Amino acid sequence: MARALINVPRKAKRGDIIEIKTLISHVMETGYRTTQTGQVIPRDIITLFTCDYDGEEIFRAELHPAISANPFITFHTVATASGTLTFRWTGDNGYSVTETATIAVE
Amino acid sequence: MRGTNATRRDLLAGAGALAGVALLAVRPGEATPASMREAIRKVVGGADIGKGRVTIEIPALVENGNVVPLTVSVDSPMTAQEHVKAIHVFNEKNPQPNVIGIKLGPRAGKAMVSTRIRLADAQNVVAIAELSDGSFWSASAYVLVTLAACLEGNL
Amino acid sequence: MMIPIRALAILAALCAAGIGALAAEIPAGERRSAYDSMSRETRAMQDDDTANPATLWVLDGETLWTAKAGDARKSCADCHGDAAQSMKGVAARYPAFDAARGTVVDLEQRINLCRSERQKAKPLAFESHDLLALTAYVGRQSRGLPIAPDETALAATIEAGRRIFHRRQGQLNLACTQCHDDNWDRQLAGSVIGQGHPTGYPIYRMEWQSLGSLQRRLRNCMVGMRAEPYAFGSPEFVALEAFLMWRARGMKLETPAVRP
Repeated sequence: MARALINVPRKAKRGDIIEIKTLISHVMETGYRTTQTGQVIPRDIITLFTCDYDGEEIFRAELHPAISANPFITFHTVATASGTLTFRWTGDNGYSVTETATIAVE
Repeated sequence: MRGTNATRRDLLAGAGALAGVALLAVRPGEATPASMREAIRKVVGGADIGKGRVTIEIPALVENGNVVPLTVSVDSPMTAQEHVKAIHVFNEKNPQPNVIGIKLGPRAGKAMVSTRIRLADAQNVVAIAELSDGSFWSASAYVLVTLAACLEGNL
Repeated sequence: MMIPIRALAILAALCAAGIGALAAEIPAGERRSAYDSMSRETRAMQDDDTANPATLWVLDGETLWTAKAGDARKSCADCHGDAAQSMKGVAARYPAFDAARGTVVDLEQRINLCRSERQKAKPLAFESHDLLALTAYVGRQSRGLPIAPDETALAATIEAGRRIFHRRQGQLNLACTQCHDDNWDRQLAGSVIGQGHPTGYPIYRMEWQSLGSLQRRLRNCMVGMRAEPYAFGSPEFVALEAFLMWRARGMKLETPAVRP
């Protein structure tokens, strides 16, 4: 399931501080769980989440196994200009998902 | 019992030095207040950690430690001259002490981040903010974790 | 922690009676969803579609709704059109009596019947991602509506479910009613015992960190009672679902809910 849910206001006034909400589907397997026969289930997590706004990074988070499955992260940014926000999640086993959203700033 | 009241007071008072505090025996794969202090020291170095400016919003009692909502906010104008550079969150009883490491800048407008975390047991969660002037500030919150009844086990 | 079983003798006598003659049934005015005993933060997670993890499945269900499937190359939308219109109220009245087959089916089985008979596609496995996504999407169209099973068409099935609900089972020799009719709002192992109403299925259960069906939750209960759980799709589960929906009649559907 490569589904991400991103919530960015469709438009904002220049200078407004807007809240961005992100939710991505990922099991975030900690690497500390064991099967019923005692074998460790290997770690499989998202390790990095970044957001670029018109090419400049505005948010970066390094994630550890303590982040819940289906990571939900919200943060803020100043609406500077109309453009594209690019969201990138990368992690174990070559995991890489990129999503975009646009905002109209007047 | 892991940890002591004295250990917690040391941490909240912002002590960077570990002198005089006995390191507890660490079982592999288990964090302790000591390993949390060590993880914090890696970020903060020998600097003083001030109390204040950082607010942790987290439930005092959670129904399930798998999904604990957490919001960290830092009192800061978030200008180019004065802003939060980073927020680090730690825990003291999960298998390892790091939770999340966040990088911010003046473009954030507001230093306020929310997420959902896993807590393996009743424990302290510590948030440390690094400001653009190089200073560190922290807040701590204690969370009681209960579990849903009628578990299906390790299925 | 031992659960008082003071009302057992009365219950045993009442078990012989039909629907409506139950001293143990929770009065309509006292019926409460587990939502009410959740923390403020967990309720906020459920109420905000942009923050509810179940939304990920609902969105996938929306995609599947318009996807051509099976040898018939048909999508759900080809017959049912816009789900917001055609599926409104459907989940609130399931399980339902399938006249063509002469049996009662739950929503998952209904979806699979459509797949095999109309789309000529393989049925989806219980608890598979796609079946959960479709069930969540269809269920979402009934959010806010009162639970309203057809008591007349389902009478026999509801009665069969009620008998299971009142039957002692497993190594702990417990009946569902002992916790969920007699001891709701009391605590068991640190958490509050709910009344057990299926108001939000499929739910994002924090314990699973995933979406899951009512049957999965009932299997959890049965394992917790140290009873052999019924198989997914079994007639026992369909009967229990029918009874539980009848028992919750009038309560609002919250699908997809978040639960601890």
